[in-house]
Amino acid sequence: MRVSIRSEQAPQLPADHVDRPVDEPTNPRLSVSGWARWAWRQLTSMRTALVLLLLLAVAAIPGSLIPQRSSDPNGVIQFDKTNPGWMWAVDLLQLHDVFGSVWFSAIYLLLFASLIGCVIPRIRHHLTALLAPPPATPRNLSRLPAHTRRVLPDTPPGAVLDAAEKALRRQRYRTRRVRGDDGRDSVAAERGYLRETGNLLFHVALLAVLVVVGVGGGFRFTGQRVLVEGQTFASTRIAYDSFTAGRFITDTQIPTFSLTLDRFRVDYVLDNVNALGMPKTFDAQVTTTTGGTRQASSIRVNEPLSVAGTDIYLLGNGYAPTLTVRNPAGKIVFRDTVPFLPQDANLTSLGIVKVPDGLAEQVGLVGMLYPTRATTASGAFASSYPDLLDPVVTFNVYVGDLGLNTGVPVSVYALDTSTLTQIAGRGTPTPALQLVPGTPVPLPDGLGTIELGPIPRFASLEIAADPTQTPTLIAAVAAMAGLALSLFVPRRRLWVRTTTGRRGGTVLEVAGLARGDDPRLQPTVDTLATRLTPTPTPPRGGSDDPVP
Amino acid sequence: MTPFLDALSLLLVYSAIAIYAAAFVAYTLHLARRASTPAVPVTARVPVTAGATRTTDPNLAGTPPTPAPDTTPAAAVPGGGRGAGKAARVGFALTVLGWVFHLAGVVLRGVAADRVPWANMFEFSLTGTALIIATFLAVSLRVRLAYLGSAVLGLTVLLLGVATVSFYVPVVPLMPALQSGWLVIHVLVALLATAFFGLAFLVSLTYLLTTRRRGRPSRLTRLRDSLPGPEDLDRLAYRLTIVGFILWTFTLIAGAIWAGRAWGRFWGWDVKEVWTFIIWVLYAGYLHATATRGWAGTRAAWLCIVGFAAVLFNFGVVNVFFTGLHSYSGL
Ligand code: HEM
Repeated sequence: MRVSIRSEQAPQLPADHVDRPVDEPTNPRLSVSGWARWAWRQLTSMRTALVLLLLLAVAAIPGSLIPQRSSDPNGVIQFDKTNPGWMWAVDLLQLHDVFGSVWFSAIYLLLFASLIGCVIPRIRHHLTALLAPPPATPRNLSRLPAHTRRVLPDTPPGAVLDAAEKALRRQRYRTRRVRGDDGRDSVAAERGYLRETGNLLFHVALLAVLVVVGVGGGFRFTGQRVLVEGQTFASTRIAYDSFTAGRFITDTQIPTFSLTLDRFRVDYVLDNVNALGMPKTFDAQVTTTTGGTRQASSIRVNEPLSVAGTDIYLLGNGYAPTLTVRNPAGKIVFRDTVPFLPQDANLTSLGIVKVPDGLAEQVGLVGMLYPTRATTASGAFASSYPDLLDPVVTFNVYVGDLGLNTGVPVSVYALDTSTLTQIAGRGTPTPALQLVPGTPVPLPDGLGTIELGPIPRFASLEIAADPTQTPTLIAAVAAMAGLALSLFVPRRRLWVRTTTGRRGGTVLEVAGLARGDDPRLQPTVDTLATRLTPTPTPPRGGSDDPVP
Repeated sequence: MTPFLDALSLLLVYSAIAIYAAAFVAYTLHLARRASTPAVPVTARVPVTAGATRTTDPNLAGTPPTPAPDTTPAAAVPGGGRGAGKAARVGFALTVLGWVFHLAGVVLRGVAADRVPWANMFEFSLTGTALIIATFLAVSLRVRLAYLGSAVLGLTVLLLGVATVSFYVPVVPLMPALQSGWLVIHVLVALLATAFFGLAFLVSLTYLLTTRRRGRPSRLTRLRDSLPGPEDLDRLAYRLTIVGFILWTFTLIAGAIWAGRAWGRFWGWDVKEVWTFIIWVLYAGYLHATATRGWAGTRAAWLCIVGFAAVLFNFGVVNVFFTGLHSYSGL
């Protein structure tokens, strides 16, 4: 639709192709190399790129509708539980792993193959264009999208062209004088090579992003660690709750430092009834020790802490009640702070306690913490405020085989009740245990007692080292700069031709051609023509006119 | 103090909606008046964009004379038709007035909250629609856009209506996850990009209307004939989209940087991230389409429309119904 240089040639080729014969789509000969060449030409055509882009957009949609293992592991579990009939499709199409799936990867790899195939010849052409003089003046300038014509009665043609060349040079056009075969003289000028440079920079930078992200994964590591107030952790691979490292990361590359969570401070909104109890600040106050130097710092949600080449992020927090279990003789068989995972904004939290040894049977407890106790209409507990104003913990109690000795790693945050018998809580004659701080409560069946102690907070931290951050950022910024150049720098060719008029004088023609959309093309042509048209000087008066 | 300012802000927004509704009526009247004028030949139309490729030159003997003004309704005043220009001017003035109220409402909301007024769905809508109108007014200064006024104002009234009825929440402070300088810039630029995409969407719709096969002469065909030509609409949609695209690219990069600061990873295919990516790829597809034979024109216009549908989906559906890290709707 837009009048442009480009629209006159093979669509995937840049403006600089004017001078090259257009590739006619030829029927491939039935040789292998012929087919290969044909396939490659199809793959690197702009139409294919366009279709692949649209395909990529469509292919990403299931990744937002179906929970993904990488971003929403709980959603995955939930989804699988509610849609057992669809599991075959989910597994076959890797629907929990869309962005790493074979089919998604195939689309973007094809797209990038197409991109490489497209960009390399364009770079070659652009280099040629950068060195080439502006193309010769077309025979019929009035056919060009922007054109104007003026008659200059008194100016000789040569002077007009000299002035045109000077004016165009000053506007950073590359110019050359052309003498046509018909003897008409003209100036050819071109500017805006940066447009194509920017376009190529953009596409190459996209490739760079993909390469850096792809290869860079091998050099990245992230580890998660839950830390209760007062606890210290020393960074070694086994000290992390979970740890993922790229192929090129060895244990010796994990920086050694230690980190103590001194205090986890939370400020709540108290002065706005509409947001009462909303957290205002999460502040993990920590002490780090690296190579013998200790330092107190603080980690907040948008303010990670840099330690020993890693960044430490605050990802979550909650309460970790101190629980003590004693056997009937009063001997302590379990004592620990147990992180409870928050379930809602008022920090109703779910926690698991496993007591494998020291009691008559293995005991598992599933607990709910209500930081500020409230009772719903149905008589159940709820939490009405996230701070610890009136905490209570309830427990369902199970006995049986905790499954800890099978050698299969089990999550500390889950209890497999299939091998256990429930002896207290909903569904049994014995009501759930109710604990408030400082008062021991007997376990059912005379197993012993359990006591709730102080309730410190925990912070869940992510420790990550990512050497690809800076290169990725540089590539992304380059892509954006290239994009801006490519979209907003006008690429123009202008031609100025003079001929001697039928009634004497000079006929001046100025014409222009732009690559892509260029609203300023005609005004530019008009302005240049006006500049080259001498303003009619007022007729000189007699010599008696005083000249100051 | 805060509840008072909040209520005052809401009152200003209600007033803005009322004034915008009046502007909508004026612009619709403008369209109706345009449609009541007999069709004019295509060549007599004045291009919407400055500096289209005219070849007429008054200095040149033998050029056909430019048609006399009275045969070119579109040239007389923005629009054409008896009273059409007046209706357009009234619409424009009302839009400016409404926007002043709207802006005051946005600013007061920010003052009431003591932070930037774009941190939940209600505030996104409030600021976003203010940016749509601002963009419309700014573009109107350079390009004749009266024919789009009805659609722009209609869309704005609709969005503001939904915002005040369904999304309103009282002022609350920022949750820790949003306390970052990136909120100011990332979200503002995203909203601005949305404004440009929104206008491009309406222009593309108009484009499709003007390129539909002409039926029997009716008011609709006459209206169509009074609109700018398809080339001008196509070019305008393209120019609006490239601005939106640059802004969206920035939004995407800034969002990734922010995610890196807040969550320790640039990109995690969170639902919101997926849709931001989809939108970006769709508009990249649009830009390629405009340069591809067989795709430029109608298909490109459709892509522009699909792109904006994805933007609306990302805003209205993903924010409200999907769970992810970006749960900031405040609803
Ligand atoms: C990763 C996939 C790609 C993305 C995201 C992408 C994105 C873009 C964008 C946003 C533009 C508009 C900005 C500009 O004009 O410079 C553009 C233009 C362009 N792209 Fe791509 N592109 C991709 C792949 C390709 C491929 C495979 C080709 C070759 C067939 C190609 C050829 C072009 C050309 C020739 C232009 C200039 C069009 C014009 O002047 O309007 N692109 N691309």
